[in-house]
Amino acid sequence: MEISFYLVQLLNGIQYGFLLFLVASGLTLLFGIMGIINLAHGSFYMIGAYLSYWLSGMTGSLWLGILLGLPLALILGYAVERFAISFLYRRDHLYQVLLTFALILVFNELQRILWGNNVHGVAIPAALAGSIPLTENQVYPVYRLFISAACIVIAAAMYWVIQKTRLGMMIRAGSSNREMVQALGIDVNRLFAIVFSLGVALAAFAGMLAAPVDSVYPGMGENILIISFVVVVIGGTGSIKGAFVGAMLIGLVSTFGKVLLPEMASMAVYAMMAVILLWRPQGLFGRAV
Amino acid sequence: MSNEEKKGITRRDLIKGTAATAGLAAASLFVPPRFAIGAQAKVKVGFLLPYTGTYAKLGTFCRDALKLRLAEAGNKLGGREIEFIDVDSEANPAKAPELTNRLIKRDKVDFLIGPVHSGVGMVMVKMARGDQGPITVVTNAGADQLTGSLCAPNIFRTSFSSYQMGYPGGPVMLEDGHKRVALVYWNYGFGKEVAAGFKESFLAGGGTLVKEIATPFPEVDFQAYLTELAALKPDAIYTFYAGGGAAKFVKDFAAAGLKDSIKLYGAGFITEGVLEAQGAAAEGVRTVLHYADTLDIPENHKFRAAFKKATGQEADVYAVQGYDAGELILRGMDAVKGDTGARAEMIRAMEKAEIASPRGKLRFSPSHNPIHDIYLREVVKGENRVIRVAAKDQSDPAEGCSM
Repeated sequence: MEISFYLVQLLNGIQYGFLLFLVASGLTLLFGIMGIINLAHGSFYMIGAYLSYWLSGMTGSLWLGILLGLPLALILGYAVERFAISFLYRRDHLYQVLLTFALILVFNELQRILWGNNVHGVAIPAALAGSIPLTENQVYPVYRLFISAACIVIAAAMYWVIQKTRLGMMIRAGSSNREMVQALGIDVNRLFAIVFSLGVALAAFAGMLAAPVDSVYPGMGENILIISFVVVVIGGTGSIKGAFVGAMLIGLVSTFGKVLLPEMASMAVYAMMAVILLWRPQGLFGRAV
Repeated sequence: MSNEEKKGITRRDLIKGTAATAGLAAASLFVPPRFAIGAQAKVKVGFLLPYTGTYAKLGTFCRDALKLRLAEAGNKLGGREIEFIDVDSEANPAKAPELTNRLIKRDKVDFLIGPVHSGVGMVMVKMARGDQGPITVVTNAGADQLTGSLCAPNIFRTSFSSYQMGYPGGPVMLEDGHKRVALVYWNYGFGKEVAAGFKESFLAGGGTLVKEIATPFPEVDFQAYLTELAALKPDAIYTFYAGGGAAKFVKDFAAAGLKDSIKLYGAGFITEGVLEAQGAAAEGVRTVLHYADTLDIPENHKFRAAFKKATGQEADVYAVQGYDAGELILRGMDAVKGDTGARAEMIRAMEKAEIASPRGKLRFSPSHNPIHDIYLREVVKGENRVIRVAAKDQSDPAEGCSM
């Protein structure tokens, strides 16, 4: 294979990595700051994809679908935090696992009732539908470049919010010492509600972006959830930087695994996780336990 | 004691007599229905088909078409009234043993019709085969074993085996002038069997397999593979995907810019039921299947009009398979005039059936698998148009079948 082949696969791997980062960053944010293990995170990805299918179908535009869908996702996140998650902050992780697993079942059933069992496609907006030639026989779909670009923008915005804003300062403080933040007079309940809603919106946004290239189907949430947990475990729980590096590693390993070692492709990422955990049990950027 | 026995009717004799009379009365209930006086028992036809889940439409179409065929025949099987028993398989192999058992043991169906999913089919056929099992007609599941190593006198199939899906693809592509071909398919039971059938005929015909890519089921992210295919530059590609995967593959294939340089072929499912979702990306895709909606024969026109009238929907290949199952059990029951006890005679009639199906001529192999023509179709203006007959009277080797 010529070198361009590997360059295009590199692009494929990075694009997949960006998408994973969007989902995994929300997951790790919730765990790092609120100490919540959220198994329903994948469901929010699925809900985002279905919202974009539903709304873009009605409005005829993916952009309008995303624009209308994001506020709905934020509201859903807020409601779930208020009526379910908020009762469990002081409880053991086992309770959180049970409750969020129940949420998966509820959301799957709701999805079936609302949208049925068929697989759906979402049209790529006309402006991004084409592809650009890279080499003599390789072209690259514009929409996939757009996914990567959108993820870079979101990642930069997250960095800015967390590092430069008052909200980010509270988030960072809350993640290292919850009692201290509370003692300083910050409304931790409100802070948690905001963070949870943002986490849900991040996952839903990832689902909306992925819908045109990944189809929309029942059970899509579970698939992304498992791989997102692998990202979080590799990167170190609670670390955004870890989530980024972990997502890129998995994007690249699974893409190159598919073409270079097809027989091993489905276990390549788990093998990598095992090696990394042997070497650093707390994950690449996790704090030592 | 011996003295007593000779005297008239003893108490013991009385008991014996009563028992014998009761036995006779009971036995008369089991006299074959054609000899019965008065009301006949109804023939029980049990469906094990999916009505919820991804395959819901397939199951519904199969059942409705079978009922349509029986309605055309006056809603009688061999002169007897019919009772339908309808069970939702949910296309779930885990639930198949319980549901099959219910139909066979509790409802005691005379005919068992279904399923769609091959996993359910394996369970269903394993439980139904044998001297006591109901006459079973497989109406979709393609697993080779169902009429291969699991074949039995009471098991018939009106759909297809995986082999029949894959094997005709090889000669078709060679005839179209494609010698260097890549094979891409979903890596699970049915996909592997289709791929094996394709390889057998394609390699024997002198073709070269540039690459074989088995992608994990049910993943639909094909980007990495398409990049690889672009680099390999084969003449053409043979594929097996279905449903959402089929819609996605054809769209991604076009988006990756491969549509103009590499001809796309596949087992019929890649363009069945998903043409609308695929849109322009499907134009020019060539597939092999034992049916096409546009097949221009009188039987097909008549069937499509009748199905449309009965259900309000356009028939498809799954409806045809159900319709032919209806015809097959009609033939069996007519031959024995409704006497389900004359099992061997009924099976012989079904084996010999030559059906003028909407798909063309349909017969059955010694293993009870269909023998039918396979068509090469091409998508033109959003329709699967028939290009030519790809394989005349395509049969199946029925590996491992002995009966």
